[in-house]
Amino acid sequence: MIRGFFRKKIAKARLPIRKSSLALSLLGVSVLLLCLMFTHAYLQRQADALSIDRMAGVVGNLELTDLSLFTEARYTRHLSQTDLHSAFQDHPAALEHFPAGSIAGPPAGLRR
Amino acid sequence: MASRIEKHRSILDFTLSSLMRRKGKNISLFLVYTLVVFMLGSALFLTQAMKREASLILKGAPEIVVQRLLGGRYDPIPVDYVEKIRNIRGVISAGPRLWGYYYDPVAGANYTLTVPRNDPPSRGKIIIGKGISRTRMVYRGDIMSFRGYDGIARNFTVESEISSESELVSADLILITEAGFRDLFGLPAARATDIAVTVRNNKELPTIARKIADMLPDTRPIIRDEMVRTYDSVFDWRGGIVIVLVMMALLAFVIFAWEKASGLSADEKREIGILKAIGWETSDVIAVKAYEGLLVSFFSFTTGILFAYGHVFFASAFLFAPALKGWSVLYPDFRITPFVDPYQVAILFFLTVAPYTVATIVPSWQAAIVDPDSVMRS
Repeated sequence: MIRGFFRKKIAKARLPIRKSSLALSLLGVSVLLLCLMFTHAYLQRQADALSIDRMAGVVGNLELTDLSLFTEARYTRHLSQTDLHSAFQDHPAALEHFPAGSIAGPPAGLRR
Repeated sequence: MASRIEKHRSILDFTLSSLMRRKGKNISLFLVYTLVVFMLGSALFLTQAMKREASLILKGAPEIVVQRLLGGRYDPIPVDYVEKIRNIRGVISAGPRLWGYYYDPVAGANYTLTVPRNDPPSRGKIIIGKGISRTRMVYRGDIMSFRGYDGIARNFTVESEISSESELVSADLILITEAGFRDLFGLPAARATDIAVTVRNNKELPTIARKIADMLPDTRPIIRDEMVRTYDSVFDWRGGIVIVLVMMALLAFVIFAWEKASGLSADEKREIGILKAIGWETSDVIAVKAYEGLLVSFFSFTTGILFAYGHVFFASAFLFAPALKGWSVLYPDFRITPFVDPYQVAILFFLTVAPYTVATIVPSWQAAIVDPDSVMRS
């Protein structure tokens, strides 16, 4: 009976999980998630390829030149078509005041 | 070999216990580090993806667009220039483009009115982009009124909406007939907005552009490469607001690593002294600190980069949206395709993980080579 009692105790006692095992498992999970991120990016690119092609088709069909990202002013809407001094186009002191101007740098020609 | 692995696992166990003893400090370290990587990663993912997407979409853009300049500013181009350009050797086709802007005071938004050369809408009708439909709440069959150049309003019926799939290029577009466009803006039949040119051989593009500029000195040819390069520079992460963002994040990171590198706390020094006194070797102490740096930086890096990925590609970079939208009333509702460059992720990894780990090891090595007794007493 006594032996049986100790056997039960021994069966119940478990070694605690080592912290390093936990850290290494987490490391493995992190690496796996990073791999999954790249895999998702690859698969999503494949899935979106057709839609990007269709968009390029719309651009070709309508002869568009720019993305409709910055619609706030006429010279930020078509960045590739604006004149070289578009920031000053309304009057000589009209400095760029649209927020898009802080994202889009001056045309490459002016920076040479 | 097994004993070496076991030794390093024991060192790792000790490192983790040591990290847990300073739980508060290390958790705040992890959060700041993750935030820095998140900001840098989001900027990197967004700019890289937008650049690639723009270049793929704009491959369908006209090969050359010829604008007319008058007094150094854009002016409608005479339609008879089309014939002159067509006669240049190497040009396959040239055609006038008709497009312009219309400011709608009701929505406070700028629309882009375009006349498509293929499949134009029926007379008196327009096809609108999803952005306009959403902002003005106009749908198929509704009537939109535009104030013409003479102050008289013109009504157009919405024939259909442009597919939301192409919203990135068509959110603010209104497709209209040539007659409707000329009538609305009072543009004479002999003038067009600009001319789109197609050439036989792409390599000849700069030569043909130069020929056009020589033959028609009042024009400015813009080649497709320049259009794509515009978006390269807009989303160049070394340019504009992104550089400010990146510099701020990097500066925060430098301060943060500097704080770490500048010295150890009294507790950490005492810990190293005790370890040395009970027989640990300098290499073991350095291994503890190296693991500490690697664990904090690696987990912060992965968490930051995964959150950045989710932020840009699942949540459409909503934190950057105010900067991108600016004052735009019409903004395309689009999902960004994840063009992730492993090379840039690797650079970000080495820019953040390596300096931090080194910054953790150096002061510990300095403390570990000093006599344990004096370290504990200091």
